[in-house]
Amino acid sequence: MAFQSKHLLGLDGTPAEDIITILDTARSFREVLDRPIKRLPTLQGKTVVNLFYEASTRTRISFELAEKRLSADIVSFSASTSSVKKGETLIDTVRNIEAMKIDMVVVRHSSPGAPHLLARVLNANIINAGDGGHEHPTQALLDIFTIRQKLGKLKGVTVALVGDISHSRVAMSNIYGLKKMGARVLVCGPSTLIPREIEKLGVEIYYNVDEIIPQADVMNILRLQLERQRTQLFPSLREYHNYFGITRERLEIASRPILIMHPGPMNRGVEITSNVADSEHSVILEQVTNGVAVRMAILYLLAGGQREAN
Amino acid sequence: MEQKVKAEILNSEDIQRIITRLAHEIVEKNRGTENLVLVGIHTRGAYLATRISKKIEEIEGGQIPTGFLDITLYRDDFRTRLKQPSVEVTNIPFQIDEKVIVLVDDVLYTGRTVRAALDALMDFGRPVRILLCVLIDRGHRELPIRPDFVGKNIPTSIGEEVKLLLQEVDKEDKVLLVESPSQ
Repeated sequence: MAFQSKHLLGLDGTPAEDIITILDTARSFREVLDRPIKRLPTLQGKTVVNLFYEASTRTRISFELAEKRLSADIVSFSASTSSVKKGETLIDTVRNIEAMKIDMVVVRHSSPGAPHLLARVLNANIINAGDGGHEHPTQALLDIFTIRQKLGKLKGVTVALVGDISHSRVAMSNIYGLKKMGARVLVCGPSTLIPREIEKLGVEIYYNVDEIIPQADVMNILRLQLERQRTQLFPSLREYHNYFGITRERLEIASRPILIMHPGPMNRGVEITSNVADSEHSVILEQVTNGVAVRMAILYLLAGGQREAN
Repeated sequence: MEQKVKAEILNSEDIQRIITRLAHEIVEKNRGTENLVLVGIHTRGAYLATRISKKIEEIEGGQIPTGFLDITLYRDDFRTRLKQPSVEVTNIPFQIDEKVIVLVDDVLYTGRTVRAALDALMDFGRPVRILLCVLIDRGHRELPIRPDFVGKNIPTSIGEEVKLLLQEVDKEDKVLLVESPSQ
């Protein structure tokens, strides 16, 4: 099956076949990361621009490493040190950058839909590295890759997304991607952090963590996005921890080992305790390693070949 | 797409005999199996490497480390190809430093696949020597590459193609001379 997508804007619009191709291809790149020389000549001559309008360490380093390991030429840009400060619009900035002959743009922006806007005005391939509270497709793909790597399948697997669903682009992309792969998705958190009508996406809603622990194969524990919450949505961090924090004691009621995931950065002692985050069931650091492989696969698949006239 | 078959060049017994001979030649040239490892190029080269390594184990005893290499990411036509071929997993579960590697492929043609494979192997370490073993050499080299062990030389014209069918993927062992699809 040939890869169809020209951009990776979100998992909502990505065909299931393309998601499977990305996951399969990422396995080959994962192997490259264990070699003594972790470099491939594949993207020689391609230029990738990383546009980060929002703070990021993990995603940005992961993308830069993925690009370097494929031998692409890269330029990184952060909004704080650029002409954005002088009032240039997003479209003008990227049109200027594209005029310097680049092939791909990785973009993170606080406005939902910013990558979609770029896809309309540019010829380059666009990869969404997080757009506001909308989607974060590469994070979801690396989560899904890690689940498949650990459990050997996705169909019928029960994945619980716990915490701040409302403000989480990671949750949205995970829901779209996991549903397309045939997984069962539970969401759990305080009612103020669960968006209305989310059940229309085919997920089951729970407000009590102790009800999901016995059912889940995987728990993806989301970060409390304090910077995106405009009003007080729960009384205190301590109360949140008491009701929704994932602790070792709480996990005792599980009937089988649960894979513990977290997209990072963690608020230790709030949504997850250290003895869970560092436990033998935690794959949080493997998620980070897999992230580089998944991003290499996406860059490779989007850059490659000459698509028939767009 | 059905390709027109011009001739059946080798049958199952022929292929078996050739593999036996190649195994003997490899052991003879290496004077035993010390430091010897095999690496097959996906897809059919990988199956051939497995068969040859089994044969060498029958002759000499012991285990011959055998790995598989996918060269897709090292190809030189990345910018001009229409479609992305799927990438197989490379699996070389041993150190290649100071080893004698026999690189195994099915059909040697332009030499570009072997060039890519050599680049890929260099990313794994520094072998003391790399030898090339192919089941079929059909000529038309575009790069200065020559095989050390050849199953059979089959001179072809540009409008022809040599197709190897193997039990493991195609349910039968056979070598066919077919007309090239672009003709």
